[in-house]
Amino acid sequence: MRCGDFRQSYAEDMAIFESPLPRWLLAALLAVLLAIPFFTGTYWLDVLNRIFIAIIAAMGLNIVTGFTGLISLGTAAFMAVGGYTTAALAGKAGLPFVVVIPVSGVVTALVGLVFGIPSLRLKGLYLAVATLAAHYIVEFTASHWDHMTGGVNGISIPAAKAGSLVLGSDREVYLLILAILVGLLFFAKNLFRTKVGKAFVAIRDQDISAEVMGVDVFRYKLLSFAVSSFYIGVAGSLLAYQARLISPENFPITLAIDYLGMVIIGGLGSILGSIFGAIFVTLLPEMLRLVTDAVGNHWPGMMTIVAPLKTGVFGLVVILFLIFEPDGMAARWHHIKTYWKLYPFSY
Amino acid sequence: MEFLLQLVLNGIVSGSIYSLVALGFVVIYKSTSVLNFAQGEFMMLGAYVCLSLAVQYHLPFAVAFVMTMAFMAVLGILTERLILRPMIGEPVISLIMVTLGLSAFLKAVVQAVWGTDLRPFPNIFPVTPVQLGPLPVSQGYLYSTASVAVLLLIFTLFFKFTRAGIAMRATAFSQQVALSMGISVQRIFALSWSIAAVVSAIGGVLLAGVRGGLDASLAFFGLKVIPVVILGGLDSIGGAIVGGVVMGVLENLAGGYLDPLVGGGAKEVAPFIVLVLILSVKPYGLFGKVKIERV
Repeated sequence: MRCGDFRQSYAEDMAIFESPLPRWLLAALLAVLLAIPFFTGTYWLDVLNRIFIAIIAAMGLNIVTGFTGLISLGTAAFMAVGGYTTAALAGKAGLPFVVVIPVSGVVTALVGLVFGIPSLRLKGLYLAVATLAAHYIVEFTASHWDHMTGGVNGISIPAAKAGSLVLGSDREVYLLILAILVGLLFFAKNLFRTKVGKAFVAIRDQDISAEVMGVDVFRYKLLSFAVSSFYIGVAGSLLAYQARLISPENFPITLAIDYLGMVIIGGLGSILGSIFGAIFVTLLPEMLRLVTDAVGNHWPGMMTIVAPLKTGVFGLVVILFLIFEPDGMAARWHHIKTYWKLYPFSY
Repeated sequence: MEFLLQLVLNGIVSGSIYSLVALGFVVIYKSTSVLNFAQGEFMMLGAYVCLSLAVQYHLPFAVAFVMTMAFMAVLGILTERLILRPMIGEPVISLIMVTLGLSAFLKAVVQAVWGTDLRPFPNIFPVTPVQLGPLPVSQGYLYSTASVAVLLLIFTLFFKFTRAGIAMRATAFSQQVALSMGISVQRIFALSWSIAAVVSAIGGVLLAGVRGGLDASLAFFGLKVIPVVILGGLDSIGGAIVGGVVMGVLENLAGGYLDPLVGGGAKEVAPFIVLVLILSVKPYGLFGKVKIERV
């Protein structure tokens, strides 16, 4: 019986799948996800789309905040950059989505770099403050550059298309988002098995030591910022294709805080954590709505506090996680897994 | 010329309130190294509590004000005890996120209790304007600026001469040394949070009084204080005062002269553009202590 780690080579230690079982489970999960759109209604399909987009952006934020230790409050702004780039390229220039989505990511990465540079001399708090400034500057640009962004009224985006292929329905957009999500998660998982990913983690743990060990801190911090912004930009681009209409109201500062919350609740520096956190925070308002709908009949006063309830529960959950489980849901999941691995001889 | 004077005057008025709230920021940062993103929510909560006591419970304004201050002091201590103390020794991201979580929670409480409508705030200042040189000035502006000036003076003296104030400065200088001199660092942390909560609530009440109305947008003021403290230097009380007035004047000038060019909103974004510039040129602000890291 297995009661510990018995890895005998570096290849085994670095393997993504420890045993064949998780590999098959993952394949089964993918098959289920591919089948879902043919069974569910538009409402849950919409929720799933939003969850997948949130996972991509949370993954991006986790790369810079969880793995590299640079705190960013600019997620909403960078998503806006991705979204508006998509609006310009797909709407005004009429380019196919296979070009638009990566280009949106690259443009966002460049904008991310601009705001990253001044703050790289600084750490912690200061970077958070610089990205906060980035947020308000982008928000101002989005609501005032009328002929590019449509100002406060927003701008509409045509359906994603490439040649004769048009992804008009929710179901088709779902498959597009799922494909990109799987690709980006696979890339992220592998990124942290390479030199670059390990350099990020070294910078997070102790930047001065990392420099002494030969990591070019400045270069890798910028790279981390760029990769993270790319993910967030792609998420913004997909959001534009999914919502078909974006305005500055889609990207408030509270969105950036929601994403930081996802990363904290899910688990800093964990890919699985980004997924858990994104699912949890996106589902939170849906669940609260179900509860208030059920209770609403008996207690009508409930309906008026739905909006603050979401914010309040979110704030409370973040605080409770920070105090009682700072490593997030991913750590909990790990505990549960290791407990069952050795059940019933758990010690 | 008169337009310019009017803008500068408005800037000094809102800037003085910035200074007061920035003081709360700096007091917390100096002693506990936490950047409090919930400062704006403290302002808003204080103003709402004061409003409710004065209007719904028909208390005289002075009584309502004193009760609000007492409430905020207790809230500050509770925040420190229940939320910030378990965070001691945690990384910066946790400290930032816990105050963001607190801000979301307080915002929700205010929204659930008082709703989102704009509420009229009682006239705490005489309404007739007075003539100041060529300009008619609302008396609320004068009273607000004067009370802020008095408060800032009181706090400066407090930090310079009282036992508690000196203990706070000692803690900010070095927690270990302060501990070995018999200062209770825990008490200082609690004191810092209650001072910050009280000064923000005063700022909130003054701002609501000057504006004549109160709604959830008041909390945004708390975020605009961040450029102020970065300009002045995060750990400098003098810097908070100077930074507040400078930033207040600057954003009003930007609002007055740039808004017609860019179509509104310059007042909101100008402080953040300045913030990026300061961070690139002089990140520790005008009077902040430059941190040198050694291994």
